[in-house]
Amino acid sequence: MKVKSVALASTLAAAVWCAPAHARIEIQWWHAMGGALGEWVNDLAKQFNESQNEYRIVPTFKGSYDESMTAAIAAFRAGNAPHILQVFEVGTATMMASKGAIKPVGEVMRQAGLKFDPKAYIPAVAGYYTAPNGEMLSFPFNSSTTVFHYNKDAFREAGLDPENPPKSWPEVALAAAKLKAAGHKCPFTTSWISWTQLESFSTWHNVEFATLNNGFGGTATRLSFNSPLHVRHFENLANMAKQGLFVYKGRGNSADGTFVSGECAMITGSSGLYGNIKRNAKFASGTSALPYYPDVPGAPQNTVIGGASLWVMAGKKPEEYKGVAQFFAFLSKPEVAAASHQRTGYLPVTLASYELTEKSGFYKENPGTDVAVTQMIRKTTDKSRGIRLGNFVQIRTIIDEETEQIWAGRKTVKEALDAAVKRGNEQLERFQRSAKL
Amino acid sequence: MEKRVRFRSRWLPWLLIAPQMAIVLVFFFWPAAQALYQSVLQQDAFGMSVEFVGLENFQRLLDDPTYIDSFKTTALFSVLVAVCGLSVALLLAVMADRVVRGAAVYKTLLIWPYAVAPAVAGVLWLFLFAPSIGVISYALQSLGYDWNHLLDAGDAMTLIVIAAVWKQISYNFLFFLAGLQSIPRSLVEAAAIDGARPWRRFWTIVFPLLSPTTFFLLVINVVYAFFDTFAIVDAATQGGPGKETAILVYKLYYDGFKALDMGGSAAQSVVLMVIVIVLTVIQFRYIERKVTY
Repeated sequence: MKVKSVALASTLAAAVWCAPAHARIEIQWWHAMGGALGEWVNDLAKQFNESQNEYRIVPTFKGSYDESMTAAIAAFRAGNAPHILQVFEVGTATMMASKGAIKPVGEVMRQAGLKFDPKAYIPAVAGYYTAPNGEMLSFPFNSSTTVFHYNKDAFREAGLDPENPPKSWPEVALAAAKLKAAGHKCPFTTSWISWTQLESFSTWHNVEFATLNNGFGGTATRLSFNSPLHVRHFENLANMAKQGLFVYKGRGNSADGTFVSGECAMITGSSGLYGNIKRNAKFASGTSALPYYPDVPGAPQNTVIGGASLWVMAGKKPEEYKGVAQFFAFLSKPEVAAASHQRTGYLPVTLASYELTEKSGFYKENPGTDVAVTQMIRKTTDKSRGIRLGNFVQIRTIIDEETEQIWAGRKTVKEALDAAVKRGNEQLERFQRSAKL
Repeated sequence: MEKRVRFRSRWLPWLLIAPQMAIVLVFFFWPAAQALYQSVLQQDAFGMSVEFVGLENFQRLLDDPTYIDSFKTTALFSVLVAVCGLSVALLLAVMADRVVRGAAVYKTLLIWPYAVAPAVAGVLWLFLFAPSIGVISYALQSLGYDWNHLLDAGDAMTLIVIAAVWKQISYNFLFFLAGLQSIPRSLVEAAAIDGARPWRRFWTIVFPLLSPTTFFLLVINVVYAFFDTFAIVDAATQGGPGKETAILVYKLYYDGFKALDMGGSAAQSVVLMVIVIVLTVIQFRYIERKVTY
């Protein structure tokens, strides 16, 4: 008898416990955030789920950016895509071209009857994910940009002023020479060659990376990063490489580790590297703006974004889309967005969250965290709004391949950049054709 | 004496091979047919717009000089993997075959790498050879060799060959060892009594008797080098520096799974399939003649 009543009570308790969970509408969210960033994503979902009882966000880690995109494509083809998919910035043009597969975020918000003002978002960030007709297509979730990190301890040892990092490329070369003279084996390196040295370099100097406003003006865009200014910059880098001032540390973000370990003293890379340095580096570090050439008119302009945005997949139920809209509204709340920005080093999503962070004194307490923001919160020009190209993944790989020939001394700068432009343009031509279908 | 088994019923033999046939159909013929079909289509990533383009995907491959270069890279890589993989494994098998004490331990340790996933093998060797911090590259540096597979094509090729060979050695070892153990002791002993030295015994008796195994492994290793090594390349060099280690199957993987160009990737898989079929036919027609069963 006693056993029975206990069993009954526990069944009842379980039923009460589970009932609201069962009634909730589940929303699948596939993302590519591992490690500390994965915890951040899970915390966001948890906060949202606790804040209301109609919807439940279920985040799933799907591997790297390209792995999660491939997984979502396979799932979409099989008819069970997630509701929300995190896609990196180079996948943007592909997503935009897949009209039947996605549902614009602006539309999702409108249909859910939520107040939605695209102007509340940081222009350089939101602009990247907005269609020519002004419709916001994806939700800017984790955007970063390119900045300059340096090792303050190494600067001090080399007799450089740790509070006065190099601002221009000639100054970088001078600082590198001093670091080398002080015995440093790797004075300067860079992650993401294409992103930092060509894409951001172009917008930072207000020159085109590709024609037709870097692809914003249509798919007839062609690459133009073999201009005299680009050649000059890469000749400068090649000279530094020859003297051992710039050391190539591989593709993608593989150079990040060499900075965090202290092997390399200066690096151009993602602002998102900040969290990693803060947690793992055993030296004092500083973050400053991307170097530039002072004699170029209009420089410095603004840098380009990286990171990823959230896309809503097509073919789901209207009530599920309402939940997606609620979640995006939650992420846009100034206090939520500000907390995310301060936690990860990614750019603030909305202007209000930036102002909130500034008021809280966060930037004063953590010098360097505002660099990425100030580089981005500027009035953009047609040449600096961003770079949006089809087959961008391949183009970046082509740039990796051709620029490696420069550091290996097998091609001159002009030859390598010309070849990259030529091979990249073949990718653009193919994308232009397939986008017309 | 009749060696063949005779079945009385007509359907029993078919039933017995049915599971195997089902596996071959589902995992080989069906994907191969899919590849053939997709190679004549051009489609966007999500498969929303699909267009029949005939042989255009193949035309595009032939027009791409880097694709043609990739054939040379693949040929070099495959020859190195097959030759190094077979000879090192044979050496180890001959040695292990002679060991009396603790033979099981040696054998187990030698078979172990086979359980390692290719991507892990790639990363493992990448760590060992990481410029300036890897154990081996550090040792090389102290010997005066400046190892840098990020920029030196030879170093990069060496790295992926070592990783690919290391991954396959266990498999080769296992077969060689089984082959060695099936060689009748009496033959070797008779030769020894006749005064043949170990080296001569190996070349005139053991090696010829081992030829069916060697031939089988040659075919398997070539297929392995052609198809199974993309994860190693992806983890270790990503095809770099430049395109120096971008073997055919890596480009196929990259175009299909990273660049999401299904048509182009399918066309490459068809080309690869044809190459391997031709190679296997050649091996069976010309090399098999030298094999004594």
